[in-house]
Amino acid sequence: MTLQIPTPHEITEPAIAGTSDTMVLNMGPHHPSTHGVLRLVLELDGEVVVNVAPDIGFLHTGIEKTMESKTYQKAVVLTDRMDYLAPLSNNLAYALAVEKLLDVEIPERAQVIRVLLVELQRISSHLVWLGTHALDLAAMSVFLYAFREREQILDIFELVSGARLMTSYIRIGGLAYDLPADFLPTVDAFLQIMPARIDEYEALLTGNPLWLERTVGVGVIDGASAVALGLTGANLRATGVPYDVRKAMPYSGYESYDFEIPVGKAGDTYDRYRVRMAEMRQSVKIARQAWERLSQMGPGDYQTRDRKVAPPPKSEITQSMESLIHHFKLWTEGFKPPRGDAYVSIESPRGILGCYVVSDGGPKPWRVHFRAPSFINLQGLAQMAKGRLVADLVALTASLDPVLGEVDR
Amino acid sequence: MDHQSLLARITAQLPDALIESAEFRGDLSLVVRPERYLELARWLRDEPDLGYTFLENLCGVDYLGRDPRFEVVVHLVSMQHLHRVCLKLRLPEAEPHAPSLTALFPTANYQEREAYDLLGISFDGHPSLRRILLPDDWVGHPQRKDHPLVEEEIAFSFNQERIYAHKPFANE
Repeated sequence: MTLQIPTPHEITEPAIAGTSDTMVLNMGPHHPSTHGVLRLVLELDGEVVVNVAPDIGFLHTGIEKTMESKTYQKAVVLTDRMDYLAPLSNNLAYALAVEKLLDVEIPERAQVIRVLLVELQRISSHLVWLGTHALDLAAMSVFLYAFREREQILDIFELVSGARLMTSYIRIGGLAYDLPADFLPTVDAFLQIMPARIDEYEALLTGNPLWLERTVGVGVIDGASAVALGLTGANLRATGVPYDVRKAMPYSGYESYDFEIPVGKAGDTYDRYRVRMAEMRQSVKIARQAWERLSQMGPGDYQTRDRKVAPPPKSEITQSMESLIHHFKLWTEGFKPPRGDAYVSIESPRGILGCYVVSDGGPKPWRVHFRAPSFINLQGLAQMAKGRLVADLVALTASLDPVLGEVDR
Repeated sequence: MDHQSLLARITAQLPDALIESAEFRGDLSLVVRPERYLELARWLRDEPDLGYTFLENLCGVDYLGRDPRFEVVVHLVSMQHLHRVCLKLRLPEAEPHAPSLTALFPTANYQEREAYDLLGISFDGHPSLRRILLPDDWVGHPQRKDHPLVEEEIAFSFNQERIYAHKPFANE
């Protein structure tokens, strides 16, 4: 079994030299079904895809490099901009990695809020995937319904952080602010309607013959190849490999929540669809458990009491000289984690999002690297698309669910 | 699988593979001798009761001012034991190159290309070691610590010859 990951040059160079009989076609970088600035170089025999290579890097903004010249706290805002459909997951991966370096304890209430928000984020991200995936396969109405519910989730994010997309709400040491008073009822209202809404989407698609025609058996990959190519998230679980970091190496207290890992069998586009739909239901379940814990807990800490990491509350600053010094030191110089490196991975909506942080003992990270799931998932494209039609490639790209901001970082 | 038993297995199987091992914040990291790197990775992957079949992360780090200057960091996961181990490879400043893991773990392909593109670390045996995020005609490796953090100079008629000299596309 050879798994090939072609480069665009391997397709274009023989075509330019005139040594191949196949046609080379450019899809993108401005093609609506590539979901961002992704250029796919296709080698076609009639309408059959012989080979396909993604050409990436159009959105490269040097986020990892830029973070090296910011203090640890200031670099949080940059993480939002990678996977812009799941900024809270990015915040969480980075915060966990730095907290590991610092070896700081996060209050349980802050952890529960993190889990609740990250699960809402997963639903909102999957809703964008569902809407655009269905839109690519000409099912217009699903998009409108999916975005209706996503709007509600974004309203919740706006409520807690003031921003709908670039939230930067999960910070090193806890959260940016405490929850507003109407947070719990708003989330409750959403969690109550959501299961019925998922039924609604499934009623439109799951048994729809047109949907089945376009997705069943399209873009098949087996479990061993998926692991070898590094596919993660729903793309891996659709092949039947039940690997989910939330269960395998739990973080933020996931081990104490009751949920299942949906898996597929065939590893085709339809199974990826089924797995993501089931994941949304599981996310509702986890968010509900977190909601119950939060309502039992009542008010409490939203960030660590370690004043070397998180700033003291305003009321304390006016009373205590030491707090004022802590505040001043944190915002002028920042904190200094000990020398060393830490790697943390979380289950983001798109797969395993890893964050590797190296500290040289100074207030700025020496090196930050993100294991971006979209970037690595793209390696599976050629393997899955070979021998299928161009129209299938559209369905397949959508079902891999890449976010190009994260691919290029 | 805990750190100590894995370490004992490795030292029994490949006694000269490791330069040092460290535990920091509950994670095990092993500094591997470059000539034993592929052998160790293959053994970790193929040994049935270890099963480190999943390469989760591969990246390069530039420790400017330290000798050896570069490091390649690899995180391998055993889905069987739910255990993660970090392999580190130290590379010299002059022409840093490491053996490529692509033959063992195809997923290393893009990640090694990224390390090559941004840090200038070459990987021997990589099937297509090209730039991946930056344009093909880019000069330099911007994630290196000694890469200048300045804006690109604007080409005017008085200086364009000098600037275009290192931009191949300008002459096409």
